[in-house]
Amino acid sequence: MYQITKTEELAANIYYMEVKAKRVAKSCEPGQFVIVRTSKDGERIPLTICDYDRVNGTVSIVFQIVGGATQFMSTLKEGDHFVDFVGPLGCASEFVHEDIEELKKKKILFVAGGVGTAPVYPQVKWLKQHGIDADVIVGAKTKDLVILEDKMKAVAGTLYITTDDGSYGRHGLVTQVIKDLVEKEGKQYDLCVAIGPMIMMKFAAMTTKELQIPTIVSLNPIMVDGTGMCGACRVTVGNEVKFACVDGPEFDGHLVDFDQAMKRQQIYKTIEGREMLKAQEGDKHHGGCGHCGGDE
Amino acid sequence: MDVLKKVPISEQDAKIRATNFEEVCLGYTLEEAMMEAERCINCKNAPCRNGCPVSIDIPAFIQKVKAGEVEAAYHIINESSALPSVCGRVCPQETQCEERCIRGIKGEPVSIGKLERFVADWALEHGIKPEKAKNKIDKKVAVIGCGPAGITCAGDLAKLGYDVTIFEALHEPGGVLVYGIPEFRLPKEKVVRKEIDNVLSLGVKIETDVVIGKATTIDELLEEEGFDAVFIGSGAGLPKFMGIPGEQSNGVFSANEYLTRSNLMKAFKEDSTTPIMRGKKVAVVGGGNVAMDAARTALRLGAETHIVYRRSEEELPARVEEVHHAKEEGIIFDLLTNPIEIQADENGWVKGMKCIKMELGEPDASGRRKPVEIEGSEFVMDLDMVIMSLGTSPNPLISSTTKGLETNRYKCIVVEEETGKTTKDRVYAGGDAVTGAATVILAMGAGKTAAKAMHEYLSSLES
Ligand SMILES: Cc1cc2nc3c(=O)[nH]c(=O)nc-3n(C[C@H](O)[C@H](O)[C@H](O)COP(=O)(O)OP(=O)(O)OC[C@H]3O[C@@H](n4cnc5c(N)ncnc54)[C@H](O)[C@@H]3O)c2cc1C
Ligand SMILES: Cc1cc2nc3c(=O)[nH]c(=O)nc-3n(C[C@H](O)[C@H](O)[C@H](O)COP(=O)(O)OP(=O)(O)OC[C@H]3O[C@@H](n4cnc5c(N)ncnc54)[C@H](O)[C@@H]3O)c2cc1C
Ligand code: SF4
Ligand code: SF4
Ligand code: FES
Repeated sequence: MYQITKTEELAANIYYMEVKAKRVAKSCEPGQFVIVRTSKDGERIPLTICDYDRVNGTVSIVFQIVGGATQFMSTLKEGDHFVDFVGPLGCASEFVHEDIEELKKKKILFVAGGVGTAPVYPQVKWLKQHGIDADVIVGAKTKDLVILEDKMKAVAGTLYITTDDGSYGRHGLVTQVIKDLVEKEGKQYDLCVAIGPMIMMKFAAMTTKELQIPTIVSLNPIMVDGTGMCGACRVTVGNEVKFACVDGPEFDGHLVDFDQAMKRQQIYKTIEGREMLKAQEGDKHHGGCGHCGGDE
Repeated sequence: MDVLKKVPISEQDAKIRATNFEEVCLGYTLEEAMMEAERCINCKNAPCRNGCPVSIDIPAFIQKVKAGEVEAAYHIINESSALPSVCGRVCPQETQCEERCIRGIKGEPVSIGKLERFVADWALEHGIKPEKAKNKIDKKVAVIGCGPAGITCAGDLAKLGYDVTIFEALHEPGGVLVYGIPEFRLPKEKVVRKEIDNVLSLGVKIETDVVIGKATTIDELLEEEGFDAVFIGSGAGLPKFMGIPGEQSNGVFSANEYLTRSNLMKAFKEDSTTPIMRGKKVAVVGGGNVAMDAARTALRLGAETHIVYRRSEEELPARVEEVHHAKEEGIIFDLLTNPIEIQADENGWVKGMKCIKMELGEPDASGRRKPVEIEGSEFVMDLDMVIMSLGTSPNPLISSTTKGLETNRYKCIVVEEETGKTTKDRVYAGGDAVTGAATVILAMGAGKTAAKAMHEYLSSLES
């Protein structure tokens, strides 16, 4: 059993939790994920590691309610337990293994969409701890859905916030900000890391391809075991089939077949679930985030 | 009674069982078991015993059954096997113990597997436990993977008094016994869980949710966590795909995914939170035990189910009993047929599978007749789901994170056969991780061999 030591509602339907998981905290690196179960008969839910404290043996996660399992998870309080908390799974971000001096020469841009801010955070923090300031774009639908702003500000070089409706920061999608930074504001980047809903990563990667910036994305296909045993998580990257849970979850964004990945995410999506999202998101529902499969 | 024939065993009617997940075979009653035991002629040199990879003293336990002393029979079996209720159900007896049985020369062999199952089930029902070690040995052993190989190795070392910890990646111990083999062949709560609990009751500790190679490494177990030796029983769980066009379509699953959802995550139950796709018309590609299990699961979930296999019935690698059961239940066999493309609709969902007819040509190096395509025989099967069951190979997670551990070109860990010793000091391995996908009892045999060798090695050290 893995005790929850802290919970916080970051925004509507988005939650932060700190969990006691000594083995995971000891060995995890930015880019990796965990799989959790809330009860003995519960689903296995993959979640990216958002932060870790090796001394206290805790790992933080951030999740958004999208269906039954995450709905139930949001009712858990400090002192409650996860029945299972497996990890770290997947590979660490590539830069973790790079030569630091080489890395210091690079200008890195992070692009976070929505809950994708959470997995971006440990990467930016890791770089900061190694003396590297990276720029970060955080995009959200609206002001209330911007999460982890203060934490991110503390570790980022420059933080750019943008909202779809212009209620906070810049006005427009992250792709617009990437373009503006490079084309109008004279920025140059050697590497871009984009994490968020599939549709956002797809368009971010298209933008950076035009701008010729090598780009890494973090895929979140459907998973079961997370150890390479079932193949549910297979994605096509540069015409090769990869298992995201062991070969990824981070891949070259210019090689990922996003259209296929988005279709595969819908396999277990029911009409019912789509309705639930629509009801939850109200007028913010746009049917294109990759969670609901879009409205026909 | 005809002594040339096995005492018949009762089974759930095929029509009824095709709609439920209850066990197919119902097992012997005490009277039936005693009657079957009468057929054993207690051979002096017991050839049956040589056919059993863990050398159960078969005539001895059968004599006890004959006398109605079931508990005594259990203790004889338990000296050699930690999972007799499991093996009595899933061992390919017809090519092992029973194949060598003298009775089989002129009639049917003694039903050794079913008798073993009877004894072990009786012991589970009556709460009989294996005996614990009397003395403790102050040495720590780590076992990676809680499948049949790991469980057996851990149990044998615990019986000798070692301090044993099993590390298992999944949330449930059992390996393929819990995630692969379906409930209707091997009940999870009634059989698997209880037999594993028996082994754990010997004092074996288990840490689930630990992926070795990720959460910690073998080197760390040995250097930092104070383990004196390690046994790797991590299985061969990596599924293969065909590499044909359309295989990424929605509705194409590996048998492992389909079975894991149904067995480990209980998706076959209405109230399960883990979803599973219930196809209308399903093709399972492959002809092994795993393919039969996947097909029979899909059938029970309401689909018209086809087995698509490129060779003929004779070459089907699955157990004869499983093929027989599958046919009885209404699985359709499309033999000498090979898929070449999966067709999807505009939303990416499977709608058909293009296949080509095959014929058997000359025998190849393995002696099996090689299937060759019949030109111009392509046709399309209308389907909404495809399950790929083409075999599995060992996962590179451990070999790629352990220095000095040699693997062969099939990614299998290289060991010394008589001891299970790997190329790395203090590290042993066995089961599917070494042989590639094989059988439960071979994995158990390997676990036993390694436990013995580890004991010899550890006792040779000064303490
Ligand atoms: C490597 C990885 C990292 C992830 N990190 C995060 C994270 O940090 N924060 C976060 O909020 N979410 C994350 N997700 C997504 C999260 O796992 C799903 O939102 C969650 O499993 C949905 O469960 P549910 O029962 O509430 O919803 P459901 O009703 O089951 O599904 C809702 C939607 O989620 C998708 N989904 C369902 N099950 C899975 C699954 N096992 N894996 C992936 N997608 C699934 C479905 O396609 C569906 O569109 C991650 C997924 C992966 C694979
Ligand atoms: C569907 C199916 C049906 C079968 N039917 C039969 C049958 O009827 N009769 C028969 O004899 N055999 C059958 N087999 C084969 C048999 O189940 C296997 O040969 C046997 O289970 C192998 O045992 P094992 O202990 O080597 O590995 P496994 O049973 O595969 O167990 C390995 C365990 O190690 C864990 N693991 C893997 N990597 C790690 C890691 N890095 N860290 C921690 N833990 C890890 C896995 O999660 C797993 O629990 C079947 C197999 C399948 C898939
Ligand atoms: S374990 Fe298997 S091979 Fe050995 S006696 Fe039992 S059924 Fe036969
Ligand atoms: S070979 Fe057959 S008859 Fe002889 S001891 Fe073994 S089971 Fe009995
Ligand atoms: S989640 Fe099963 S193989 Fe990746």
